[in-house]
Amino acid sequence: MHLLVCGGTGCRASSSDAIVESLKSELAANGLENDVQVIMTGCFGFCEKGPIVKVLPDNTFYTQVKPEDAAEIVREHVVKGRKVARLLYTDPAKNEHVSDSKHMGFYRKQIRIALRNCGFINPENIDEYIARDGYQAIGKAITEMDPQQTIDIIKKSGLRGRGGGGFPTGLKWEIASKNKADQKYVVCNADEGDPGAFMDRSILEGDPHSVIEAMSICGYCIGASKGLVYIRAEYPLAIKRLKVAIDQAREYGLLGNNILGSNFSFDIELRYGAGAFVCGEETALIHSMEGLRGEPTVKPPFPAESGYLGKPTNVNNVETFANVPVIILKGADWYSSIGTEKSKGTKVFALAGKINNVGLIEVPMGITLREVIFEIGGGIKNGKKFKAVQTGGPSGGCLTEKHLDTPIDFDNLIAAGSMMGSGGMIVMDEDDCMVAVAKFYLDFTVEESCGKCSPCRIGNKRLYETLEKITKGEGTMEDLDRLRNLSQVIKDTALCGLGQTSPNPVLSTLDNFYHEYLAHVNDRKCPAGQCKSLMQYVIDPEACVGCTACARNCPVNAISGERKKPHEIDTAICIKCGACIEKCKFNAISIQ
Amino acid sequence: MTKVKSLADLKKMKETLQTKIDIREKGDASESLVQIKVAMATCGIASGAKAVMEFLMEELDKRGIQAVVTQTGCMGYCYAEPTIEVKLPGKEPVIFGYVDNKKADDIIEKYIKNGELVDGIIPTNFESIDNK
Ligand SMILES: Cc1cc2nc3c(=O)[nH]c(=O)nc-3n(C[C@H](O)[C@H](O)[C@H](O)COP(=O)(O)O)c2cc1C
Ligand code: SF4
Ligand code: SF4
Ligand code: SF4
Ligand code: FES
Repeated sequence: MHLLVCGGTGCRASSSDAIVESLKSELAANGLENDVQVIMTGCFGFCEKGPIVKVLPDNTFYTQVKPEDAAEIVREHVVKGRKVARLLYTDPAKNEHVSDSKHMGFYRKQIRIALRNCGFINPENIDEYIARDGYQAIGKAITEMDPQQTIDIIKKSGLRGRGGGGFPTGLKWEIASKNKADQKYVVCNADEGDPGAFMDRSILEGDPHSVIEAMSICGYCIGASKGLVYIRAEYPLAIKRLKVAIDQAREYGLLGNNILGSNFSFDIELRYGAGAFVCGEETALIHSMEGLRGEPTVKPPFPAESGYLGKPTNVNNVETFANVPVIILKGADWYSSIGTEKSKGTKVFALAGKINNVGLIEVPMGITLREVIFEIGGGIKNGKKFKAVQTGGPSGGCLTEKHLDTPIDFDNLIAAGSMMGSGGMIVMDEDDCMVAVAKFYLDFTVEESCGKCSPCRIGNKRLYETLEKITKGEGTMEDLDRLRNLSQVIKDTALCGLGQTSPNPVLSTLDNFYHEYLAHVNDRKCPAGQCKSLMQYVIDPEACVGCTACARNCPVNAISGERKKPHEIDTAICIKCGACIEKCKFNAISIQ
Repeated sequence: MTKVKSLADLKKMKETLQTKIDIREKGDASESLVQIKVAMATCGIASGAKAVMEFLMEELDKRGIQAVVTQTGCMGYCYAEPTIEVKLPGKEPVIFGYVDNKKADDIIEKYIKNGELVDGIIPTNFESIDNK
């Protein structure tokens, strides 16, 4: 028998170490220390009901366990085989105790569809993919269905593009299929350039065949025999695995001429991007593949009419593709039973920032931010206070406390002033300054703007400069108005999605954290203590004992004072290096 | 390598591969091997998964333990990389996080040899589509 005690950060904060100790001593008291092992585990993704203790092999799942409960668990459960009912998880819907975690239906908040094979199969071995129903979907499509029937399944499933825009995938395929041409192209957008995002990379590294199979299904549907994956050269492992996968698929005849004995032929080539964010935009991506400058052009014409080399081209995102084979095999109804009314299925998010369980998660649409951050994500690092979560990368916005219970889907995120984006989710705590966050994203945009149109090239630069002025404590109320107006103008007039969405981080922080902007402008203070120019190091004369440690360590001799007398910092000289704070053993120095 | 010529062929192939993998996983007497998967995506490799994989292969060999060590993609627990999944014959797979050589040594000595769990198990916290 094993007793698993959650040693994840959340549960550890609420005394799981003490629980392990008391369990061990209770076992020893009963002479069971050699028969029952107590093990610390990682987070169960159920932190809100922590600390968790799970008993193996019977899968009993105890929640909110206290060290005092150890005696009862050992006496009742381990010795007598009777579960401790009061510690069992209670199903809130039925108000019943659930004794076996296998029956805790929704304890598992994650459902893996796009990531179904990631972390299970060896991505460099096609046999493992085939053993998990790989290439059956393309087989089913070409042997049992015509292209329109296949498109209808995707349409009915409600799948929407995961590259950011959320355009209905089936409809996109239908449009491309109706455009007549001697050659058409299927393009997989694997450019993934937002800071903090690694969903697409992980899919390609963990399950490249699912993307290859889906691209050929798309080719069958729209009548294309050529596929191109546009992938950034900075993803060497993903490139290597894709290449291996393509070679293996060719060897098995699953790519190439007359696939599975049909008259459908399809093959895939790789194209490398140099890592410019704007090249993720589909028209810029196509130009870059054509060997032209990676600059967007006005839509229409949409790629479905005139794309790569002027031919009808269907562009989809990696994760969008990864969903397709399962939908074909399990059916549209199965897929559309997951998610919300207008956003079906699941979404992969890369959880990052000030969160305990940084990682890759896949959750059904409609899950709340609270569940993602405080359960799956294990809550905020170091027990700090949650402040905001950034979704949608440089095109998105910041969501706050008041959005924690909003179900996540395409439309709700837009209504809340952010967007789904490709799935980066960066969590911020009380120490993050929201003006600085907006500035960070604008810095990225200015860097990545292709410069083709002036609202984006010049406008974003001005936004950045204004934000910089504010973080230096030189901002005025007029600057705040200017930020808002200019943002609106850029949104309305920029040529491509990059410029049209780049002011979002500014607008959403202005909306949700106006008080922080005001503090910078009116009080010349940064409430989070992030903006260096607004910080002041001060010595509290009451607490200072005059030990001189700080003065001896200040690199610019900004601190003066007599031995055993309160010291003082000359703010005009101080370069805010922070060295003195670390040296003071009496906590007499603070940042204000 | 022969080409797969039809959907029927592919289905047959799947069955054989599936059985092969089932035997490997569930084990019948002759083929009851220990199976280890090492998460080798960019995040895993960056935190040392490759070295751990090499260590495991070498040590298992040296200590005379029959095992298959393979690589796989990101398991999603990037905070606990390197992560590995160990499946003993006839048992549910167990995932261990923060595996360095020392931990790997522990896993071999305690879990693989004696079936004793060691600290640092990561509970699976998702539902896969197979059981839906
Ligand atoms: C500036 C910018 C960057 C983009 N970057 C990406 C990207 O990295 N990956 C991606 O799939 N889509 C990206 N898109 C969206 C694509 O233009 C396109 O809508 C998407 O690839 C379509 O696929 P989907 O319908 O499957 O989402 C970006 C759009 C813009 C405006
Ligand atoms: S909005 Fe920006 S990135 Fe897009 S075309 Fe204009 S300058 Fe280039
Ligand atoms: S912050 Fe650095 S420069 Fe300023 S007083 Fe302290 S040690 Fe000196
Ligand atoms: S180190 Fe602290 S206690 Fe010592 S002189 Fe500086 S401020 Fe005062
Ligand atoms: S369930 Fe214990 S830390 Fe998350």
